[in-house]
Amino acid sequence: MTDQTQNPPAIATGAQSTVKASRGGMLGLTANDFRLFLIVLVITFLAPFILNPFPEGSALAQFNAGYPDLMQRFVIFGIFAIGFNILFGLTGYLSFGHAAFLGVGSYGAIWMMKLLTLNVIPAIIMAIIVAGIFALMVGYVSLRRSGIYFSILTLAFAQMSYALAYSVLTPITGGETGLQIKNTDRPLLSNIQDGEIGRANLFGLEMRSSFELELGAWLFTFNAGYYIAAVVMLLAFYMSIRLFRSPFGMMLRAVKSNQQRMNYTGLNSKPYTLAAFVISGMYAGLAGGLMVAMDTQVGPERMFWTASGEVVLMAILGGAGTLIGPVLGAGFIKYMENIISKINSTILHEWFFWLPDGLENFVVALIYPFIGKGWHLTLGIMFMAVVIFLPGGLVEGGQRIAGWIKNRRGSGDGPDKDPEHHPKQAPHVGE
Amino acid sequence: MGILEVKGVNKRFGGLQALGDVNLSVQEKSVHAIIGPNGAGKSTLLNCLIGKLIPDTGSVMFDGKSVLGRKPHEICQMGISRVFQTPEIFGDLTVFENVMIPCFAKRDGAFRLHAIETVMSEKDIVEQAEAMLSEVSMLDKRHMLASSLSRGDKRRLEMAMCLVQQPRLLLLDEPTAGMARADTNNTIDLLKEIHEKRDITMAIIEHDMHVVFSLAQRITVLAQGSPLVEDTPANIKGHPKVREAYLGETA
Ligand SMILES: Nc1ncnc2c1ncn2[C@@H]1O[C@H](COP(=O)(O)OP(=O)(O)OP(=O)(O)O)[C@@H](O)[C@H]1O
Ligand SMILES: [Mg+2]
Repeated sequence: MTDQTQNPPAIATGAQSTVKASRGGMLGLTANDFRLFLIVLVITFLAPFILNPFPEGSALAQFNAGYPDLMQRFVIFGIFAIGFNILFGLTGYLSFGHAAFLGVGSYGAIWMMKLLTLNVIPAIIMAIIVAGIFALMVGYVSLRRSGIYFSILTLAFAQMSYALAYSVLTPITGGETGLQIKNTDRPLLSNIQDGEIGRANLFGLEMRSSFELELGAWLFTFNAGYYIAAVVMLLAFYMSIRLFRSPFGMMLRAVKSNQQRMNYTGLNSKPYTLAAFVISGMYAGLAGGLMVAMDTQVGPERMFWTASGEVVLMAILGGAGTLIGPVLGAGFIKYMENIISKINSTILHEWFFWLPDGLENFVVALIYPFIGKGWHLTLGIMFMAVVIFLPGGLVEGGQRIAGWIKNRRGSGDGPDKDPEHHPKQAPHVGE
Repeated sequence: MGILEVKGVNKRFGGLQALGDVNLSVQEKSVHAIIGPNGAGKSTLLNCLIGKLIPDTGSVMFDGKSVLGRKPHEICQMGISRVFQTPEIFGDLTVFENVMIPCFAKRDGAFRLHAIETVMSEKDIVEQAEAMLSEVSMLDKRHMLASSLSRGDKRRLEMAMCLVQQPRLLLLDEPTAGMARADTNNTIDLLKEIHEKRDITMAIIEHDMHVVFSLAQRITVLAQGSPLVEDTPANIKGHPKVREAYLGETA
């Protein structure tokens, strides 16, 4: 539990505001946290606009991300990363098998839809419960060790689940092909016609129903599924802020900081880490349930170790231990995966057609390894750059830029700007 | 019967007999110093009291109950707190949080899923922590990261973390090591005041004889893992064996 999660360098301005900001927010949040929550809320609700800045048919429309499928993925993986961060960001325990909880949650959800009702709420609740129970079992065993051994244990559990879902458990998991809702499924509480394939809904509102708004050359899509997932994400985010600021959250940070001292202070660190593990697993289950609600199918590949690795990248890239970091990281990675990977050489040639032929080919050849299937390379380089230059993730990058702007504006503000005279203050958790 | 009764404790590390047949009785509400040259086994003895080490043989009774076989957090909840030789604090947390955590531990026990209210809304805990910090005159540093404190301040912080729990027995492992003279005197005053005001029993390991003779009512001299003598400070000062084994060396 060391290096990559060191404290980001203390930024004095952010820390001083903790004192002032202890009052004045709403919903039981401090002013700072409330503002952060509000920003996230506005962005999620306006996402169909914000993510579609380029007119349809223009060359840059390629970079539009405001279509339902991708927006849903943004918020769902946001939830997954928020939950992962409760464990990794606060306690420092690096789980390398979190996708297993997401997968188990998905299976729970789809069975609920096949058997009971096509309404998504029971399915999502089931996903959370199943994932929570599974996390309790995995956590109980894995938390007997810490550090790399803990990570390996969680990885082993996840790969085991993947392999079982693939083979032995085929009767419940559908094996390699996975599970989907078929025209033969007759959920108990839904009255669907013979031969009709049931569709996920929320009290009759179908997840896939969308409202399209055409404004000049722009096309904006408002999708029911996205907004439902977005509301759930906001709830999940709100709860994580509360948890971060609570005594429980403080204890989790104490686990990461000095478990010995914690025990000699009369606190049992075991149930604290186990509780964090289970909560974090339930967040993953929630994400898995929502995935099924949006797209009614599951396959075992959802539990593969690369999926577990991805959420680790999301948290670290965005800023582990910060409130908003994991959401940023999730959005960033999903954007790259879906947008950069769709650029191909034809598109590149279109962009650079104005260059002299030889130069055009040269530039295209230069960029080509980084696009399409090469998006992994781009991501890898970005990830390394962040880890090396911004150990606090994208959030630290944002803080540095904000601090730089503040300094420029406030330069010549009198003698008490001298940083030497300020003792190192605590960084504000979050932002 | 003392509040702490150590009987026949042995501890070996491989071929090294770190503790050999240690008997120690600490009277309630007294300050008991344990002195001895480097490597005498003083820290090892404390480790056996708080569940960090389990003695090979012997018994350790606190307040009539055995501490052996209990987990460290259970022993702490029984009322034994320890200040370590190298400060054990929550380096990534603020000074204020460092003091609030023991307050929560004292009030809520070893575990509580307390995830809705904010830390700062716990008025009584905040007040307790503030009072404690002003008692050790560190209130102005409360928003600093504990890891960025000076060595002396880290020690004082750790002491505050132990004291705020109002332990029945406070174990101090060289509380003034690495402190400047003025800080040492402050610490002596603080400990004296705490002892008089709160009647906390203290067992203190110390190399600085000035500290020992200003605080202790009884002194045990440990040499090579075994108690050499146990007596009042006045008698220890003139004891020929002690002069030879310990004080003689430092003079
Ligand atoms: N965990 C351990 N494993 C092996 N040997 C140990 C261990 N802990 C202590 N020792 C050895 O036991 C002996 C007593 O150590 P201890 O730390 O108790 O001495 P001390 O009296 O506290 O000395 P000091 O004044 O230097 O703190 C030393 O020789 C030490 O090297
Ligand atoms: Mg020692």
